[in-house]
Amino acid sequence: MKIDRRKFLKLAGCTGIGLGLTAADVFKDKAEASSGHSNVSTAAVRLAMVVDLRKLQTAEDYQRIVDACNKIHNIPTLIPEKEDIKHEIKWIWNDTYGHAFPDQQNYYHPEAFKQKLFPLLCNHCDKPPCVRVCPTKATFKRPDGIVQQDMHRCIGCRFCMAACPYGSRSFNFVDPRPYIKDYNAEYPTRTMGVVEKCTFCSERLEKGEQPACTEASNGALTFGNLNDPESDVRKILKSNYSLQRKPELGTMPSVFYVIGGEEYAG
Amino acid sequence: MLDKALKGGKKYWTLVIILAAMSGVGVLTYLQQLKYGLGITGMSRDVSWGFYISQFTFLVGVAASAVMLVIPYYLHHFKKFSKMVILGEFLAVAAVTMCMLFIFVDMGQPMRIMNVFLYPTPNSILFWDATVLSGYLLLNITIGWATLHAEKKGTAPASWVKPLIYLSIPWAVSIHTVTAFLYAGLPGRHFWLTAIMAARFLASAFSGGPALLIILALIVRKNTQFDPGKEPIQALAKIVTYAMIANVFFILLEVFTAFYSNIPGHMHAFDYLFAGIDGHAKLVPLMWTSVICAIISLFLLIPYQFREKESLLIIACVTTFISLWIDKGFGLVIGGFVPNHFGTVTEYWPTAKESLITLGIWSIGFLVLTILYKVAISVREELGTAKSSDH
Amino acid sequence: MYNGGKIIAGLIIFIALVTFPFYTNIGKTIEKPADPTAAPDELHIGDVPIGQMRAQHMMILDKWRDEVVRGGKRYIEFDGDEYEMSIQNGCLACHSKQEFCGKCHNFAGINPYCWNCHYSEEEGLL
Repeated sequence: MKIDRRKFLKLAGCTGIGLGLTAADVFKDKAEASSGHSNVSTAAVRLAMVVDLRKLQTAEDYQRIVDACNKIHNIPTLIPEKEDIKHEIKWIWNDTYGHAFPDQQNYYHPEAFKQKLFPLLCNHCDKPPCVRVCPTKATFKRPDGIVQQDMHRCIGCRFCMAACPYGSRSFNFVDPRPYIKDYNAEYPTRTMGVVEKCTFCSERLEKGEQPACTEASNGALTFGNLNDPESDVRKILKSNYSLQRKPELGTMPSVFYVIGGEEYAG
Repeated sequence: MLDKALKGGKKYWTLVIILAAMSGVGVLTYLQQLKYGLGITGMSRDVSWGFYISQFTFLVGVAASAVMLVIPYYLHHFKKFSKMVILGEFLAVAAVTMCMLFIFVDMGQPMRIMNVFLYPTPNSILFWDATVLSGYLLLNITIGWATLHAEKKGTAPASWVKPLIYLSIPWAVSIHTVTAFLYAGLPGRHFWLTAIMAARFLASAFSGGPALLIILALIVRKNTQFDPGKEPIQALAKIVTYAMIANVFFILLEVFTAFYSNIPGHMHAFDYLFAGIDGHAKLVPLMWTSVICAIISLFLLIPYQFREKESLLIIACVTTFISLWIDKGFGLVIGGFVPNHFGTVTEYWPTAKESLITLGIWSIGFLVLTILYKVAISVREELGTAKSSDH
Repeated sequence: MYNGGKIIAGLIIFIALVTFPFYTNIGKTIEKPADPTAAPDELHIGDVPIGQMRAQHMMILDKWRDEVVRGGKRYIEFDGDEYEMSIQNGCLACHSKQEFCGKCHNFAGINPYCWNCHYSEEEGLL
């Protein structure tokens, strides 16, 4: 190919500048990424929840938490004998240790611990895979750390449900309204065809209230700003061993479980 | 050229009417789904993707298989494929159409589907999937139509067609690499979290697609004047053979990793698919059917004495297609959801309505295929080039 | 006419389908909603003149839903008071859904999907 020196120099110069700019961008991202585990949110506010299992003893303790959320958010209840439980919607629910932490079992847990229930909800991860995969940004991360769901934009593709490692998300396979037992007049229902999940009660936070489950938990759930060293959540985490669900996946969940220890001695 | 689709014999019109009727049934059932929601399918909170997405996953491979004709013919001047390329490109068009229809019927809020393009999200693989599928459809229909039209006029295709053809080669690879990435990048789903996912997709695409193409070519040869000749079919058969060997090999690699490492998360999906867990074993007969079909197909494909007998080749292609349809459809997609993240099993099986909608979409795809093939064959019949020079 | 039979048959079917809404609704009437009685220049929430609300309420609600859900900003100042930018807790806190939304929407034959999720006590769901 015939090219004169001038043209060649012009071409080389433009290419060089272009590559330089992209390289700078790439290296900037790499520098941030290479800090690995320390690449945690350093925002002013990172909302999180600590579940203190020592304060959840009776069946009522657990049910109170679930009922508060279900009532306030118009969550439909499907009766297993009558309706298809496969279509259930749950934002916060209780399940055993073996189901909540399937990869963290050993064979010699105390019996009392094996029966222990754990409240499970969306972990509002710092690096949420659901947000990464949503094609319309219907699920997105707010600056305060909440992984929010925009029901207006959701196209119901359920990619987020495939991506979530914790099974936190529910889909409206049918119209939920016939199955809603108690309506909260201040909150909408959802329509069929959209995905929904716990939103850390963002509508209550904006009024200065705590999430419904936290308020109903009699101190078993603590909610606050993880990035504030003086917050309640930090105080509990400083003095207790806590568990997170599937930490090896790099999602950096914002929900911590304080499990205690001697309470289960048999 | 489309008018050629309006003139046909009794066999053609019977086929068109049957396919149109089945499509109509599918459409009417879909209206039910619009009214009552995706609850009419067998999907659940645990198995949130089912028959529709599994069909899309499988068909994306069939769509990409056109590249197995384009590369030898356009890049390496393998003249023997000259008559077959148009069949491959039109099969790609029909397959991509089906892919896009399957995605559409799987949406909970299909009226909002344009949100994917109104709010583009480059970090979402689904956004890229929608983009590359649309692009591939446009590419193939443009290339196929332009080359056929030029052939009809007796000239070389316009100069802009060649660059599009070259573009379609990496684009074909992209459509199922991107689809594989839908699965391979999700943390927490160990059945899918494997680097070999994209390679498996490629291998099953290049065996399943050409297998279907061989079956279609043989049907076309029997029912029309169009005869691509024996050698292109044999060349395709060799491609199917080696791709199927690669595909089976890759699956065995997965089985090794899962069971030699003895990691429960990796083994559980295989346990469920091939043995059942706690009595939940709905998919077991299907998966073993897939295995048996794969064995039969390799047995008939590898020895050239069998492969060169077209009566046996058809059986090999049919068993290949069935084996891959089960494995990449049911096996891959459902296996990723069972057992769920809590270690429990929620089974999945398509409902009758779900199956009718699926059948309706397959009918639409085959209707598109029939019409496009009719156009191509009629053009060649009129030109007198329908029969190839070798037999 | 070549293929005359098919063409005329097709035309008749087409005209029958296209005029369907007209002949099936012969004899039915619907009350046209009255224009708003408040002063058209008077501002309402969102600083929009009442006379323009009919034309602009869709855009306002669209803007609100993005601000509330995606922007995290839920309250708007108007006339010294704070109002929630919400159909249920804002508009319907003062206005009746049937009187205010239903009348015009029914007349215009509109069925917005807002009501699939947002609702009012009037619907008797409570």
